[in-house]
Amino acid sequence: MNNTIDPTPTDWNSPEMQKRIAKRYASEKRFKLMGLSAVIMSTAFLIFLLITMLGNGFSGFQQTNAKLEIDFPSMTGGASAQSISGDGADAAIRSMDIAGIVAIAVDNQYGDLAKDMDQTLFSSGADRRVAAMLKADPSLVEQKVVLELPADAAIDTAYKGDGLKKAEELTQILDEKGLLTTEFNLSFLTGSDASDPAEAGIWGAFKGSLMTMVITILLAFPVGVLSALYLEEYAPKNRWTDLIEVSINNLAAVPSIIFGLLGLVVFLSWFNMPRSSALVGGLTLALMTMPIIVIAGRNAVKSVPPSIREAALGVGASPVQVVFHHVLPLALPGILTGTIIGMARALGETAPLLLIGMRAFVPAAPSGFSEPSTVLPVQIYLWSDEVSRAFVEKTSAAIIILLLFLMTMNAVAIYLRNRFETRW
Amino acid sequence: MTTNELLFLVFAFGLIAWFVGRARAASFINADTPIINSLPNYHGWFSCLWAIIPPIIFLIIWSNISPALVTDMVLANPEAASITADTFSRSAILSEARAVANGSNQALFQEGSEKLVPLYAEAQSYYNSIALVATILLIFAGGAFAYTRLKPNFRARSKVEKIVMLGLLLASLIAVLTTVGIVASLIFEAYRFVTLVSPIEFLFGTNWNPRDDIVAGEDNGYGAIPLFWGTIFIGAIIAMIVAIPFGLMSAIFLTQYSSPRFRSIMKPVLEILAGVPTVVYGYFAALTVAPAVRDFAVMVGFSNAASDNAMAAGIVMGIMIIPLVASMADDSIAAVPGAMRDGSLAMGATKSETIKKILLPAALPGVVGGILLAVSRAIGETMIVVMAAGYAANLTANPFASITTVTVQIVALLTGDQDFGSPHTLAAFALGLVLFIVTLLLNLVALRVVKKYREAYE
Repeated sequence: MNNTIDPTPTDWNSPEMQKRIAKRYASEKRFKLMGLSAVIMSTAFLIFLLITMLGNGFSGFQQTNAKLEIDFPSMTGGASAQSISGDGADAAIRSMDIAGIVAIAVDNQYGDLAKDMDQTLFSSGADRRVAAMLKADPSLVEQKVVLELPADAAIDTAYKGDGLKKAEELTQILDEKGLLTTEFNLSFLTGSDASDPAEAGIWGAFKGSLMTMVITILLAFPVGVLSALYLEEYAPKNRWTDLIEVSINNLAAVPSIIFGLLGLVVFLSWFNMPRSSALVGGLTLALMTMPIIVIAGRNAVKSVPPSIREAALGVGASPVQVVFHHVLPLALPGILTGTIIGMARALGETAPLLLIGMRAFVPAAPSGFSEPSTVLPVQIYLWSDEVSRAFVEKTSAAIIILLLFLMTMNAVAIYLRNRFETRW
Repeated sequence: MTTNELLFLVFAFGLIAWFVGRARAASFINADTPIINSLPNYHGWFSCLWAIIPPIIFLIIWSNISPALVTDMVLANPEAASITADTFSRSAILSEARAVANGSNQALFQEGSEKLVPLYAEAQSYYNSIALVATILLIFAGGAFAYTRLKPNFRARSKVEKIVMLGLLLASLIAVLTTVGIVASLIFEAYRFVTLVSPIEFLFGTNWNPRDDIVAGEDNGYGAIPLFWGTIFIGAIIAMIVAIPFGLMSAIFLTQYSSPRFRSIMKPVLEILAGVPTVVYGYFAALTVAPAVRDFAVMVGFSNAASDNAMAAGIVMGIMIIPLVASMADDSIAAVPGAMRDGSLAMGATKSETIKKILLPAALPGVVGGILLAVSRAIGETMIVVMAAGYAANLTANPFASITTVTVQIVALLTGDQDFGSPHTLAAFALGLVLFIVTLLLNLVALRVVKKYREAYE
């Protein structure tokens, strides 16, 4: 045994040891910096995304108007304010051929300019705006008035600084004459899909989303909560229970587009339900959301301590009473948090709804659950496909609204969790 | 009366039954019998359930068989016998007449349907009155039966609880039904596809250019290899190159280095990244990232870079996956016993040496499981690739070319005006089946790996 231990201690102050330590510390610093930069880069992606959407979408809430002088008395042959007020106002206004009046007025005021540039000046919604103005104030019809009407999408985009060259020149000429104004685009919030970007709005899609969500929550919440209670509280340990558990865990991880295929075959082809309706959309999303609610619900039920159950059983409650009178109320905040998160996911879901036909052009807000309707994310997808540049800002503005909604839902979920969840 | 109105009627009577049953039970309580077996509410529920469950079951069955009965009655009429024998136009005429008779449609387009409208209306009102009478009879029969059973010593609670338990069991079976529905519908449609196009061509062919007129034994353009490659290239390669380093390093920094305050701010921020809808990512990829990537590619010498390139879709998908990888890595690093870390630090290793040589190797199975889950999530992702990647099936490893994926093609095949039996539509289901099986396997393997690894340290 020659193997003796070298008694000389390491000389930590020796130059090579110092160098080695410095190297190790440098590598430590580098590693930490890499971690920090990963976090910062991820955040930067998010901020960049949000800023891009805000920057593009902000102008979507604004509408460029151009002034138009309309000489009603000469063009209508002296219609009186009485004739278009009162009971028959709508019919009287409709019979006035407002489209013709506007066309003549545009021709009178802008005739050469528009022809030179080969560019429409006003949106096709201008006629409707004039009709609405007349209805609100019939006395206009007896005057020569200057109205501010929505400009054509090309002018609108150019005025906001992102238009085509020709439209930009025209806009400059108009702007120098002081004919262009900007206002808050109310029709974007109240309108539905339209082929003219100046008229397109999100209310139709928004209402479709709300209706779909109503169906989803009505189905997914009760079923999800009841299955969570069954699996956590009553289910015997056997093959059937295992089968149920495996199905739920797998369903939570199945790609959403598969649910679209399921909805297409089962609801549309086998059950003949109405295509592109909120009903089928809601059913499909309910099947997708249910496993999320079950998993969240089981965790919430599991976290209720057994002492509660034992105390209730001890004073004579039946197993059903224990669960419905004691466990469920205590688990409810956790279940609700999971439900809201699941609903937020369903609200942002697009792919399965595309497959069941909710990509149809729906120019009016849906009036019933079996009417053709669309939802906000699908509307975003449809607009993103449009060629017209004016739809870029509309798409981004719709995204802002969708994100606002999702963030509110998540904030409510976090609030609920912090406010009501008891740590046992 | 429509089924909805009948349902409303049933529930209204159910409410009445609840009150009657409850009042009956309450009347049992007097000086002689101060205590009855179950609380009055349970007697109420017992009566209510007996009054509503039989008619609801009847209505479910009825709404499935009554359209056939109505049609039979219409066709039995001699006037209906004159319409064309061609099955397709015949069913079109019938469905139109039905829609008009229901009032859900105004105009008539098919010839011959106008004389069927009154027949339909008549047949429908005939069967509707049958349904109404049957429903009311069932409500009263059930309610009366329940009423006669109410006695002071009647165990109403255990009866009601039995039904509650049945309801719970049925609710949890819906998950199984959904799974069965997915598997059945995919396999059923995929089988119809396989009868048209040979599965060998589908799984191993390299030419994806679907034709509608199928010629047996020839190449019909249903070779899905380019799609599988595109899915793997975008979802499992490009996206993971972005997501793994960022996700892993973020998790390491947030769990090992950052102050609790910084961590409590940054964790929710990363979670927001996971909560952004995919359609928003898709739009972002198509509008901002894809042009930038193309310009970059042209700058470094790929002059044929496509505007719908695989790179943009992959990068944005990777960003979307970061939080998933981070949270899985976070969990598995946290599960490594503290003694291992403390031991390494006590021997004089620096923090980064401990992480690289002790924590990560120990947490590796968990991290790998998390990455598998992330891959499964990425290959099933639809909107980002639909909006940012292309529709052209190219079998290429050039990240700046336009490459398509399985999910893109499913959407593309199903959103045209195809009818349900065409090979186009069926191909989408075959692709869906492949996607379902692959994600299922990935998830099962990932969950097993994660579970095994957790057990090792418990």
